[in-house]
Amino acid sequence: MKRLFAWATLIFGMGYFILPLVGLTEFSLSMRRGEYSFDAYAAVLADPRFRETFSYSVVMALLTIVFGVLLVVPTAYWVRLKLPGLRPYVEFVTLLPLVIPAIVIVFGYIRLYNTSSWLPLTGSLTGTNLLLMFGYATLSLPYMYRAVDTGLRTIDVATLTEAAQSLGAGWVTILARVIMPNVLVAVLSGAFVTFAIVIGEFTLAALLNRPAFGPYLQLMGANRAYEPMALAVIAFGITWACMGLIQLVTRFSKHTKAAR
Amino acid sequence: MAFLDIEHLEKSYGATKVVKDFNLAVDKGEFVSFLGPSGCGKTTTLRMVAGFETPSVGAIRIDGRDMARLRPNQRNIGMVFQAYALFPNLTVAQNVAFGLKVAGESRKVIDERVAEMLETIGLPDLGNRYPFQLSGGQQQRVALARALAVRPQVLLLDEPLSALDAKIRVSLRGEIRAIQKKLGITTIYVTHDQEEALSMSDRIVVMHQGIADQVGTPFEIYNRPRTRFVANFVGTLTLLEAEVLDPASGHVSIGGVEATLGRRLPKGAVTLAVRPEMVSLGPAPGRETEVTGRIVDVDFLGSVIRLRAQIGQSVLAFDTFNSSDAPPPKVGAMVTLSLAARDLLLIGE
Ligand SMILES: Nc1ncnc2c1ncn2[C@@H]1O[C@H](COP(=O)(O)OP(=O)(O)O)[C@@H](O)[C@H]1O
Ligand SMILES: [Mg+2]
Repeated sequence: MKRLFAWATLIFGMGYFILPLVGLTEFSLSMRRGEYSFDAYAAVLADPRFRETFSYSVVMALLTIVFGVLLVVPTAYWVRLKLPGLRPYVEFVTLLPLVIPAIVIVFGYIRLYNTSSWLPLTGSLTGTNLLLMFGYATLSLPYMYRAVDTGLRTIDVATLTEAAQSLGAGWVTILARVIMPNVLVAVLSGAFVTFAIVIGEFTLAALLNRPAFGPYLQLMGANRAYEPMALAVIAFGITWACMGLIQLVTRFSKHTKAAR
Repeated sequence: MAFLDIEHLEKSYGATKVVKDFNLAVDKGEFVSFLGPSGCGKTTTLRMVAGFETPSVGAIRIDGRDMARLRPNQRNIGMVFQAYALFPNLTVAQNVAFGLKVAGESRKVIDERVAEMLETIGLPDLGNRYPFQLSGGQQQRVALARALAVRPQVLLLDEPLSALDAKIRVSLRGEIRAIQKKLGITTIYVTHDQEEALSMSDRIVVMHQGIADQVGTPFEIYNRPRTRFVANFVGTLTLLEAEVLDPASGHVSIGGVEATLGRRLPKGAVTLAVRPEMVSLGPAPGRETEVTGRIVDVDFLGSVIRLRAQIGQSVLAFDTFNSSDAPPPKVGAMVTLSLAARDLLLIGE
């Protein structure tokens, strides 16, 4: 009886997730009347705006990842090593982006960094891009921080640090040669989540008026029938590829690391 | 002046002093152990030498140089941890090379030194293994090689053998001591295991509640414990309450049995102590004081049998060697024990 119920729940859940996907895919393939084709995909891929916005978002995602890693790894490391009492508070702060809507964040940014402010980031293109990247980093902070913090838990941070120090290493060396390589798997999984978030993000990019993939997705959705479905499938594919890579990396890591 | 000088060292966490007025002078090449029960401040003292903790009071000098201003990575001190602390992402060779790389040595120098160190620890072929592919004993040897590769001025080991099983512990302590002697490196070795301390050290510091109770060679510590704590902690002792009858000749009464120690003793009541191996079953040449008692406990340890006999108010522990044709006395048997009065130790407070 219990078993039956479990199966029923599972099937319901799968249906809930998969049916829309199937419908979406089916629709995206039916641009040509009466037969399935990849016409919608071809149209999307041929659109120069697709390539522009997509590559813009990929670059932004990579920058966000680099910035996020440089921000989060040393912070999480330092908190674990020197300020363990602060961990609950830091964790709380990193979770805030989940509770505060992106629209609030971006309005805050615009208010704080507009052209007549003390730091007019929105006044220049580079400044706006920078601001957008900071925004992305904020949105991915909960995931990045958790991933890295979990990674740090698997090693004896304090003792490894002291071992490295007694061998003459300074902080930069310790971070680069001891901490980073040992949390690489965690960093990568955080990076993939960040990538997925940035690629699909709409609010920040739209309100900062940057040519990112998310707004393009929205624009197409408002104006076309089949192409947005193809785009949605592509976006899904990217997200799922990221998830797959996380799985892969995690499994790979079980191989090389083990009980110390 | 000694090579490593620790003067009036103290450490407090909040209101609790965990190390109190610790003084020690270690000569170059000397092997000194900190011995004491868990929580007595051994690790804290060691970590102050390494620079991981800042002393509340006191000074540490190595080769005449004050360490106070130096960060741990500037002190040139090798450290071996209980949990090995090898870098899990690096191979054995890379682990050993770590300090040399940090010091900016050339490739050639590093390779040579790594090979030399792996040879020293007896693992010349395991350079390409990762730590998780090694046994605990092997990992700890690699950790030792890693610490020694940079030619530190002082080597610190914090209970390096505690995580290993008994057999390896014994063989590895011999190896560590041999390597230490060969390299002539000044070493502080922290342990709670008296056998380790007694067998390895040039000198032992017995610590108790943050205080260095006694500093001395293993022989001195074992045979002339200065405090009741040292006497109890190192080896097994039977404490005997005695009444001094004649302070000048050291004539005492131990629960009615009279004996002469042949040493001046303080007046009044004293605590005497005797090691199990100083007591014989039956009469023995040179052990003129005889007492009778009833066996209360027999502990067969293999080559040695540890027995306990009730004598008046005290229970006296003593050892006999195992012998295949003479089984030890049974519990309840009345026995005569003999000991030499001069082997009785006077225990201070
Ligand atoms: N960071 C710390 N904060 C507060 N108390 C500490 C700290 N480190 C050690 N102690 C206390 O100091 C005492 C000595 O500890 P330790 O030096 O580790 O002892 P041992 O190594 O001899 O077992 C213990 O009572 C321990 O609880
Ligand atoms: Mg300790």
